[in-house]
Amino acid sequence: MKPTSVPKKKRKLTLSDIMIAAVLLFCGLICLVPILNTVAISFSDRTSAALGRVSFWPVNFTLSSYKAMMEERQFGQSFMISVARVILGGSINMVLSILMAYPLSKSPRMFRSKKFYMWFVVFTMMFNGGLVPTFMVIRQLQLMDTIWALVLPTAVPVFNVILLMNFFKNIPAALEEAAFVDGASPWYILWHIFVPLSKASLATIALFAVVTHWNSFFDGKLYINSLSKLPLQTYIQSLSATLDPTQMATMSPEEIKEKLAMSSLTFNSAKVVVSMVPILIIYPFLQKYFVTGIVVGAVKE
Amino acid sequence: MYNKKNARYYHAMLLPGMIFLITFSIIPMFGIVMAFQNFIPAKGIFGSKFVGLAQFQRLFRLPDFWQILQNTLIIALSKIILGTLLAVVFAVLLNECQNVRYKRFIQTAVYLPHFLSWVILAVMFSNIFSYTGIINQLIMAFGGEPTMFMISNTWFRPIIIGTDVWKEFGYNAVIYVAAMTGIDPTLYEAADIDGAGRWKKILHITLPAILPTIILMGTLSIGNVLNAGFDQVFNMYSPLVYRTGDIIDTYVYREGLVNIQYSFATAVGLFKSAISFGLLAMAYKLADKFCGYRIF
Repeated sequence: MKPTSVPKKKRKLTLSDIMIAAVLLFCGLICLVPILNTVAISFSDRTSAALGRVSFWPVNFTLSSYKAMMEERQFGQSFMISVARVILGGSINMVLSILMAYPLSKSPRMFRSKKFYMWFVVFTMMFNGGLVPTFMVIRQLQLMDTIWALVLPTAVPVFNVILLMNFFKNIPAALEEAAFVDGASPWYILWHIFVPLSKASLATIALFAVVTHWNSFFDGKLYINSLSKLPLQTYIQSLSATLDPTQMATMSPEEIKEKLAMSSLTFNSAKVVVSMVPILIIYPFLQKYFVTGIVVGAVKE
Repeated sequence: MYNKKNARYYHAMLLPGMIFLITFSIIPMFGIVMAFQNFIPAKGIFGSKFVGLAQFQRLFRLPDFWQILQNTLIIALSKIILGTLLAVVFAVLLNECQNVRYKRFIQTAVYLPHFLSWVILAVMFSNIFSYTGIINQLIMAFGGEPTMFMISNTWFRPIIIGTDVWKEFGYNAVIYVAAMTGIDPTLYEAADIDGAGRWKKILHITLPAILPTIILMGTLSIGNVLNAGFDQVFNMYSPLVYRTGDIIDTYVYREGLVNIQYSFATAVGLFKSAISFGLLAMAYKLADKFCGYRIF
């Protein structure tokens, strides 16, 4: 946020200032309530959690849920699969975004086919074949049950490409022209002029790519069958079996009630808390960059 | 200037990305023919019988479908309207707050939910809304009766809408906050001199200044009226709330990949994506015409 050019006079706090501050505080706290509640449950003992005695502070503090989680092989394995997926998928996303954004940032005068490519890219963003045909293509390509099924279908993050393209457009054309005069190739210009000048925007789309890959669960559910290859979010999703429609379809309401009460609140909460850690680690960086990301992406000159 | 050699580089740079887009976006579009067939996996697309619009006729005759369409529209529209409203109110309040550090602190809290997945949030909300969760504890503290929120047809839609607004209002406000930083501060100073109060300044300076942004965002969201949020509903619903909570996307998933009715599910999916495509194209057209907005 830019500081305003005119220095603000120190005003006295009025009643309306206090009320606004209070409403804002309420907004902020309400956003943290579910997270704090889950953290508190994860550090509480099972009985207190099941009886609903936990609100925002652990009751009968215990690390047993976390210990049990450490002993469970599946959680660690899925965590590592997700890390691998983020690194592999994120790198593919970045390379393809850079390679596509650069030519697309050229004016139609410099690159006649630009319009065609642009329409093509936007069309793929606006229309899709739907769930079943996409599923069948991935199965046909023998990608089922491999990490490639998680990273290749989303290899081109169209939104990020457009974002980066808009950043590239703002780089002064004179820089590029000078390089052309010196005999540089577009390939050289991209990697030695555009990329070094766009560190902030590259950080933005890298963070978006990381968050997207980390948070995806549905592709894992569709394409991964072996437990050893299951990404973390898909694994956590499968735990909340109480909410799994395929299983619940066969249960009576009484059975569901029972199941809801029995599910291991503390254990699941601990897993959720740990799965949030990577997002929380990158969150300060995210916050620094995503504002520019959305603003440039949504309203541009 | 145009240069043939450079153009060759550009084509080459676009090639890998285009291959992926063709493979995973364009080729599946051909699978849409299944919607007009009685597709049998063993026979393949070329061997299966064409049935014209039979799948669509079946769909429109299904009483469930109209319920699902209604659920989808109610959930999606409520999310758009309430989400925009709250984002604007929040942005205005944030703009009124003078203390930069306080503002920072609040922003840090409200942007966070946007980056958490619905898988994680569904676990959190099922804790909160569970029979023994904090909401019911609160209700009981005031002498009320506890409710099974997540499996109640009365509560499911409000919960879906409310939690989505909760997740996104901060993030959606970013764009309005940005629009407000562009307001000329002398406008506020002139208003001060004229003796305008805070409310008057909001009404006559802040809101008119962000109105174009509100209109633009509203227009662009037209394309989303059939997107009720698959990830969210899928992670929070159960058969007990299908009546009020089942949406087109979840229905397509269950019909297609759980019940293995490929043709029917493809037809339902096509129904949705064709309408969405039309609405989106219209939204972009309107945004270009009235707001001068172009995606590229």
